[in-house]
Amino acid sequence: MSVESVLRALMGGALIGLAASILLVAHGRIAGISGTLGRALDRDGGSDLRLAFLAGMVGIGIVAAQLVPSAVGASVRGLPLLAIAGLLVGIGTTIGNGCTSGHGVCGVARGSKRAIVAVLTFMTTGAITVAIAGASS
Amino acid sequence: MRLAIAALAGGLFALGLVIAGMTTPANVTAFLDVGGAWDPTLAFVMAAAIATYAPVARLVKPRRQPIFDTRFHWPEPRLVDRRLVGGAAIFGIGWGLSGYCPGPAITSLGRGSIEPLVFVGAMIAGIAIARSLSRR
Repeated sequence: MSVESVLRALMGGALIGLAASILLVAHGRIAGISGTLGRALDRDGGSDLRLAFLAGMVGIGIVAAQLVPSAVGASVRGLPLLAIAGLLVGIGTTIGNGCTSGHGVCGVARGSKRAIVAVLTFMTTGAITVAIAGASS
Repeated sequence: MRLAIAALAGGLFALGLVIAGMTTPANVTAFLDVGGAWDPTLAFVMAAAIATYAPVARLVKPRRQPIFDTRFHWPEPRLVDRRLVGGAAIFGIGWGLSGYCPGPAITSLGRGSIEPLVFVGAMIAGIAIARSLSRR
């Protein structure tokens, strides 16, 4: 941990909060990324918004990966483990109704008890998983 | 305009993730490595995001409608149940295993390499499986 990385964490976090605020004030929707992806094609009047939001994310991802390749998605695991992890994340966030954004940011910020329980739970199992599997392989 | 604002929000969200270091899986696994070489930096991401969003959510709550919609889509109030805890537990295992959660994984698609693509593909499959099971 360095002063610079903490400042970047604070600045990035504030931007994430700002982005979620814009989505709430403009569209009245919660910036939960697992739900945004999972319900991207649901016909409830929000599909086009979700697709636009996801397109914005990938667009910035493309630009950022050109500028700082090392900071965008350099994996710490091989493909088989990534496939298993992806499945678990998809299943878990669907059953548990949210991930680090919907529960971790929006839910906790609103004081939701469900969100707080979810965050404590996924941080605990995440830590146990890293304790067993190591931080990289 | 409506869609442009949504795309802008998505772009800002992704930019925040990149600046914060959330799109670097090694940072995430280091954050979760509590018993090892623990790096608590990413806790500041969550703290700053919550500190920014909380007052906005509070100001907005008594209002009846957002700018581009006729109502707010607040989550239905529900109790803590086994699905919530079980789902979060499963998510945490996948998160710890890969260092990707959904937002950073989707942003990382911009890298154009195979790893985020495999992860996101598997994640979509996982979502489809869980949704088809819960519809029964």
